[in-house]
Amino acid sequence: MIAIIDYKAGNLKSVERALKKLGFACRITHDREEVLNSERIIFPGVGAAGKAIADLRHFGLDKALTQAFKEGTPILGICLGAQIILEKSEENNTQCLGLVRGDVKRFPLPLFSFDNERLKIPHMGWNGVHLVRRHPVLEGIRPQDEFYFVHSYYPMPAADQYIIGTTDYGIEFPSIIGHKNLIAMQFHLEKSGPPGLRILKNFCTWNGKI
Amino acid sequence: MLSKRIIPCLDVRDGKTTKGIKFKENVDIGDPVEMARFYYEQGADEIVFYDITASSDRRNIMIDVVRRVAEDIFIPFSVGGGIRNIEDMREVLLAGAEKISINSEAIINSKIISEGAKAFGSQCIVLGMDVKKVEISNKIPSGYEMVIHGGRTYTGIDALAWAREAESLGAGEICLNSIDADGTKKGYELSLTPLISENVNIPVIASGGAGSIAHIYDAFTKGKADAALIASIVHYGTYTIKEIKEELHARGVKVRRTWGKSLTG
Repeated sequence: MIAIIDYKAGNLKSVERALKKLGFACRITHDREEVLNSERIIFPGVGAAGKAIADLRHFGLDKALTQAFKEGTPILGICLGAQIILEKSEENNTQCLGLVRGDVKRFPLPLFSFDNERLKIPHMGWNGVHLVRRHPVLEGIRPQDEFYFVHSYYPMPAADQYIIGTTDYGIEFPSIIGHKNLIAMQFHLEKSGPPGLRILKNFCTWNGKI
Repeated sequence: MLSKRIIPCLDVRDGKTTKGIKFKENVDIGDPVEMARFYYEQGADEIVFYDITASSDRRNIMIDVVRRVAEDIFIPFSVGGGIRNIEDMREVLLAGAEKISINSEAIINSKIISEGAKAFGSQCIVLGMDVKKVEISNKIPSGYEMVIHGGRTYTGIDALAWAREAESLGAGEICLNSIDADGTKKGYELSLTPLISENVNIPVIASGGAGSIAHIYDAFTKGKADAALIASIVHYGTYTIKEIKEELHARGVKVRRTWGKSLTG
């Protein structure tokens, strides 16, 4: 069973629908025990970091996630779920889970593309990912594949070893990060067409080892 | 780098698309779910549904369409038409839409923008703007006025001022429709589009007037649009989305050109 963590942050149903379509059993839950007993965990989310962390703590899910991470359960973070696994966020100066060392930063303003076009915030729409290292969950992903992003903040791990893919939006920011049995993407897998579903499918059979 | 988005728009009445698609093979489809799946597989970056149902059970009919689309289509799609309050928004989002488009409802009650943004996040809230060119005046300094009722009613609201206000209220995106250009197939309104796009910091979708790929190219280059809404140019099989994207790419516009085979059959 795959647990989709429910902490009242955003569109969990679309992740559930995608898993269902791919033929994997899952449950949307905020029950600590259920999360700890699941084979793998998906940690989605949109919204503000401060509220997300407060809601996680309210259900005791911050500790459950930390424990599951230590026990080696495969964990997939999506969007906000790829941010609050770091130590802290510039968004309302929020203390986060600290599963990966580093910070969450806001895109600098004004932001310009390399050919000097003014870029808007949020970074919204389809963009590519430059894979800087191999990962079992990214098997079958091609350099030209694009993914759907919506965000104003991005994860910045403290060491390069955690960066698996980067994306260019005025700056080159980490868009896929990973550490042991944890992998996290800034983009919305569940809204990124076949390449997104491919990653989701890979995650659902990943044993958590790199 | 971020791709420019190509977004087909489907008008839905009583659960059926009003125009159907006529493909080059001359197949006629009027089911919005089938059409959405077709455009998804063709490489649409997003899909817009606009509900023009007038009957009293309109909500239930549209919610059913949204739910069925969401089971099949794994790209963002938005729903507009007749969304008047937070409850309407919640229902559409829970059924699986990524975004909600509000238009005249926001002019009547601008609080719906801020309340929607607070409840669901700005990324969900698309402001639809229907705009007509008018004489420049003290009241309408940009020379573009907001209109409602399909362009029959002038509101006295300046389009540029309204775009800025909506952004500050929390709109996450603007779908900018020129009533003057709509249906002409003579191209997007290329004075209005950059005027709005360069003066807000949220993405702008150009709408109204697309008749050729050159028009879409102009919307992205001269018009500074972030995305282009298209309708009859693809519904009637003049071009496929793939052909549009290949041509734009050949002319130097960054578009998403590959989306792989469907994994879900």
